[in-house]
Amino acid sequence: MRENEMVRDAEHGAQSPVRRESEQSPAASPGGDGGRAAPSARTLTTWVAGAALVVLLAVLPLLNLSLPGILPGPTYTPGALQVLAFALLTAALALSYHLLFGVSGLLSFGHALYFAAGAYGLAILLDRAQMGLLPAIGVTLVIGLVLAALTGAVSLRVTGISFAMVTLAFAQAGSVIVRRNPDRLTGGEEGLALNTDRLPELLVGVVNTKYLYWVALVVLLLVYAVVAWIEHSRAGHLMAATRENELRVRVIGQRPYVIKLIAFVVAGVLATVVGMANLLLQSGAVPRAISTDFTLTLLVMVVLGGVGSRWGAIVGGVLYTLLDQRLNALASSAWIEELPSVLRIPLSEPLFLLGTLFILVVLFLPGGIAGAVGRVDARNRRRTGKADPRTLLEEVV
Amino acid sequence: MSTVVLLAITGLGLGALYFLVASGLSLIYGLMGVLNFAHGSFLTLGAFAGWEIARRTGADSWVTFLLSLVLGAAVGAVMAALTEFLLVRRLYERHIEQVLVTVGLGLATVALFEGIWGTDPVFITGPAWLEQTTSIAGARIPNDRFMVIFVAVLVLLAIVAFLKFTRFGLIIRAGVENRSMVTALGIDVRKAFTLVFAVGGAAAGLGGVLASHFFGYVSPLLGGSLLIFAFIVTVIGGLGSLTGAAIASVAVALLQQFANFYAGGTGDLAVVLALAVVLLTRPSGLLGKKA
Amino acid sequence: MSALHAPILTVSTLSARIAGQQVVEDISFQVPSLGVTALLGRNGVGKTSTIKAILGLIERSGEVTLAGERIDGEPTHKIVTRGVGYVPEDREVFASLTVAENLRLAERDDNPRRELVEKLFPDLVARSAQLAGTLSGGQQQMVSLARALLNDNELLLVDEPTKGLAPKIVAEVAETLEEAARTVPILLVEQNLQVVRRLAAGAVVLAGGRVVHTGSAQALLADEELTKRLLGVHGGDDSNQPAPAPHASALNPEVRQ
Repeated sequence: MRENEMVRDAEHGAQSPVRRESEQSPAASPGGDGGRAAPSARTLTTWVAGAALVVLLAVLPLLNLSLPGILPGPTYTPGALQVLAFALLTAALALSYHLLFGVSGLLSFGHALYFAAGAYGLAILLDRAQMGLLPAIGVTLVIGLVLAALTGAVSLRVTGISFAMVTLAFAQAGSVIVRRNPDRLTGGEEGLALNTDRLPELLVGVVNTKYLYWVALVVLLLVYAVVAWIEHSRAGHLMAATRENELRVRVIGQRPYVIKLIAFVVAGVLATVVGMANLLLQSGAVPRAISTDFTLTLLVMVVLGGVGSRWGAIVGGVLYTLLDQRLNALASSAWIEELPSVLRIPLSEPLFLLGTLFILVVLFLPGGIAGAVGRVDARNRRRTGKADPRTLLEEVV
Repeated sequence: MSTVVLLAITGLGLGALYFLVASGLSLIYGLMGVLNFAHGSFLTLGAFAGWEIARRTGADSWVTFLLSLVLGAAVGAVMAALTEFLLVRRLYERHIEQVLVTVGLGLATVALFEGIWGTDPVFITGPAWLEQTTSIAGARIPNDRFMVIFVAVLVLLAIVAFLKFTRFGLIIRAGVENRSMVTALGIDVRKAFTLVFAVGGAAAGLGGVLASHFFGYVSPLLGGSLLIFAFIVTVIGGLGSLTGAAIASVAVALLQQFANFYAGGTGDLAVVLALAVVLLTRPSGLLGKKA
Repeated sequence: MSALHAPILTVSTLSARIAGQQVVEDISFQVPSLGVTALLGRNGVGKTSTIKAILGLIERSGEVTLAGERIDGEPTHKIVTRGVGYVPEDREVFASLTVAENLRLAERDDNPRRELVEKLFPDLVARSAQLAGTLSGGQQQMVSLARALLNDNELLLVDEPTKGLAPKIVAEVAETLEEAARTVPILLVEQNLQVVRRLAAGAVVLAGGRVVHTGSAQALLADEELTKRLLGVHGGDDSNQPAPAPHASALNPEVRQ
């Protein structure tokens, strides 16, 4: 009985004025918990649109759709499916980061560590321990869980920038270990190739890319389901409340530390899952997967899509991946070569263009893509409540 | 014995480089609450500027070397001031977004440097004396170590004097402690922001030129690799504390050198461990403000 | 009425937020251009937030005019340079700076009134090289007052100047404020009702972030019933602070940042 009261209080805490303001904006969580406040017809539309999108994504490998300029070939070709699958996995990873940063307000610079734990862990178990795929996945999951729990338990002892730095340092330590190649376990700078001996045939070889694509889609849906479920659960409300005002959470008898640790561990394990899927898709693991830069690109994706928005994280992940692919293609195209160097040099550096785009979004598009769409949407529906998703960001550090 | 001396002086040299990066990071964070992820790029740009002038005017002359130090510092200061003025200032008081903007700038500029100067390290030379060694207690110490330590000490003294004896220094010291009270005394603290960025950028640019001599090369990734350790140094020393940054720079670099030599190359891991231990026992760092 | 009695500060429909929490809601009041006006209310009703909102130290909306000019859109440092002296709650001296540096930082005018400050606070002259963080609470309060009195101000905003001080020091602070009030109007937040009784002409009482009473301070304190209802203490009570229940202040949005 008393506990129930606390929870109700906690949920109330989650809806402090800042939260309430953001809920007026469909940007904060379109189709998600915003649906509770919105008319049910809207919720239904969102559900139908979501389901249709999932079905479309599921049948893509069977279709012959061409998206010139976006995909390297028609959608049934392995080249296109490889790009799409990678985009889906990146989106899933961005979603797991959203649970950390967007929901719980934890600015981690070490999320790549758990992704790499999935990729390297599974690769090593398959190769060295000669385990079957399913047991190897199970063991890797436990490794990811323990790693996230241990490092999370330590880093969450501090907050704000110090927390960011400790997570950065842990990931850096991981990166050092991977690059030093102890017992030739991690392959050093070269990375590790996937040992396919014990894998089901369907997951091996270019001709089977469509199955890997489906694996990627399932992973994305799984991560989405977990994140959405948590956001709607008591724990999720407490995470949001902790982000907004730790003191209030403490006052109602909850422990912010435990709540943040749960978010950290769940996000870490989800990243491990994505890392394993990525190992299968890329047939290997590379040390870049554990670099600080990689975590920074996750941050870029989440901010591009819109902090605090689930589908924003997905859109950010997909958009970033496709842009990165296209810009790389652009960099090596013939007409770039002929430009004067003032134009050629910047245009042939995808990360320069992405970094610049990111800066522009932060400066001029608060709330990212989701925020912009939300504002247009709000204007269309003649809402008067002033949406300002940037307030979501303010209390994080 | 000679090994210990060599390790100690090399560690001091490395610590001097960390300090040149961390001093700016710490002041900027202390005053503005911004952790500057673009700081490594100030260093890298300074290093490339120094190299560009060296290859044009003859790398082995002392005049060129001095010129490259001045130019490196100037380039770092200008880039830093522009960063503050054009990007960070627009997001006044929105700390997370300020950090994000510097993250974006860091990623974009490293890519741009790769486009301009290529991804491979450029090997550099300096005046003949810098390339030679001096014997101390049987250890042959490369002279560039002494140069790095000497310049870093000068920079430390210069920054301390600036903070202590100028009105801007007074404003910065007060602002690090309690910025809103400074504005409540009628002072436009934003002017100090640009200045503190410029000072930090100059130190980083100087550090870039020196780092390129210390390591013997310059590459677009030079700044980023030093930046991570400078972050760790800044946090261990206590965000906002110049003295803390100086002490932590030396301690971290020495730890790294000795652990690398005596504990089988575990220097980086030892540093990470040290960070964890310090933060768990003193969450605000050695000399930081109370958290 | 003549311009002489025009209010120096007019606050109307002022609201303020801290970290998104509404802490001051739609309040209006005036500070006359003479004497001390007390801003009263129980702990955590938004007194400090009101002062901070006037100064632009926290997010605010509404209208604030100083000597007839709108200041609600201006950044803090501009408001202060218009002639607003601020003595914050908890002194907020710069602990790592010396007394002399604290004062030097506060000098805005071309001719700061150093002699006046030296006359009022001889103790500070002797301690000018000492770090402000090592001073006693009372001495820190002197530094904080001195910073405000160094400049020629149109208005002083003084927030709980006697909080946590020994009775003897309380009397000294009150005397200094009485002296200052001869030349500059003061908006004073004060829990010690004896000090209020001694200094204040007008009173504005807040409750729950709103104005619930305005009028003469002396009349208010003379009415024990009213005083008890509005402030939770007897007007003549010697205890200077109504102790709030600890959990109530923890829940309160106006908890010090």
